[in-house]
Amino acid sequence: MALTQQDMDNEIARHREAYEKSVAEGAPRADHPPRDYPPYRSSLLRHPHQPLVVVATARDPEAVELGSPAFGDTDVTELDNDLTRRHRGEPIGERITVTGRVLDRHGRPVRGQLIELWQANAAGRYAHQRDQHPAPLDPNFTGAGRTLTDDDGGYRFTTIKPGAYPWRNHTNAWRPAHLHFSVFGTAFTQRLVTQMYFPNDPLFPYDPILQSVTDDAARQRLVATYDHSLSTPEWSLGYRWDIVLDGPAATWIEDGR
Amino acid sequence: MSTPRPTPSHTVGPFYGYALPFPGGGETAPPGDPDTITVHGHVLDGEGTAVPDALIEIWGPGPDGELPRKGGSMRRDPVTGGFLGRNGVDFTGFGRVPTDADGHWAVRTLRPGARGEHAPYLSVCVFARGLTHHLFTRLHLPEPADALAADPLLASLPPARAATLVARAEPHRTFRFDIRLQGADETVFLEFT
Ligand SMILES: [Fe+2]
Repeated sequence: MALTQQDMDNEIARHREAYEKSVAEGAPRADHPPRDYPPYRSSLLRHPHQPLVVVATARDPEAVELGSPAFGDTDVTELDNDLTRRHRGEPIGERITVTGRVLDRHGRPVRGQLIELWQANAAGRYAHQRDQHPAPLDPNFTGAGRTLTDDDGGYRFTTIKPGAYPWRNHTNAWRPAHLHFSVFGTAFTQRLVTQMYFPNDPLFPYDPILQSVTDDAARQRLVATYDHSLSTPEWSLGYRWDIVLDGPAATWIEDGR
Repeated sequence: MSTPRPTPSHTVGPFYGYALPFPGGGETAPPGDPDTITVHGHVLDGEGTAVPDALIEIWGPGPDGELPRKGGSMRRDPVTGGFLGRNGVDFTGFGRVPTDADGHWAVRTLRPGARGEHAPYLSVCVFARGLTHHLFTRLHLPEPADALAADPLLASLPPARAATLVARAEPHRTFRFDIRLQGADETVFLEFT
């Protein structure tokens, strides 16, 4: 039988309590979601049972994963960071800019690296054949963009605010509005795929994907800040979201932290 | 000095297909390069069912063991905004392909050279709906045997586990590497500290 939202809320609460208890007993805080998070049903058969095998990169400077693929001016066009200008007309929706910096664990800017963004349209529909839920496609919006970080680690996208959308994790499951991000660092170990949320979305507590990040402070780092100084009169609303790439100690522990 | 905490990972979800894959994503080797190999396999879940919505990224050194520093994997056409494909000469070391409806993926790249004490390998990063956090593994070529025996990671694992990190040779410089996310013969996945 399909689970209700109440079943899901109970499961989410149980996992959060178990996490808080483990931290109270001395376990380290978790920055990332566990790969085994049963409320997110698709994780059930897709997480390894065996513990990950640790590779200590500090003792392994020749590890392939300490390098990363390079991307340059040939891999992006000037229009790539503006998702509102891909078609003849303007997309429907609330025009927004999203800007921020990509940093490493040392707080240093991550320069010249590729950021990819994809999202649903203002009605919550993806330009993807497998998304068939009854919301309109927008002929003027595809929802994919790219950019390279600048010398300060900065990036900027212009797009429209995506809508919430339903999915079939449980009965009446709805995803809060979000932007999907893919980010490269200077080491392949820093690779990050994640999602950015918008502040004060009432769907946050009901969403097992966001709640899979069981640490309250870590979860908050996925929520952008509305910044009125980034809003442009008569044009767009501005959000700020910084991204910090995780990575092995060898890429960020220097000068005694 | 306090360091910023990392941004948490999230699943790539089911709808990345119009954004992340790109034409020529699996054609990493410059055409005609005699060091070209094909690596391929299936991604399977804990019931042995094919995973049709995974995304595989391959990153590796050239035959000389050097890590490429050239861009151009996703070379673009400034006239149309579309993709031009790679420039036919440079090796970027990077491939990205989605699995197909059978859960199968394939990448043509250059045979990786050895680095340090390592047997030659390609780094493999797996994304999929249901993976809250991507998974790293390593695809080792099945030869030379002495290099495999001396590899510090492989040597540290029980033989059956190490075997999940070694591709199987097939005809025509092709190597099969299945990725089992869970259960019996589960692939060894790595965490970097
Ligand atoms: Fe989504």
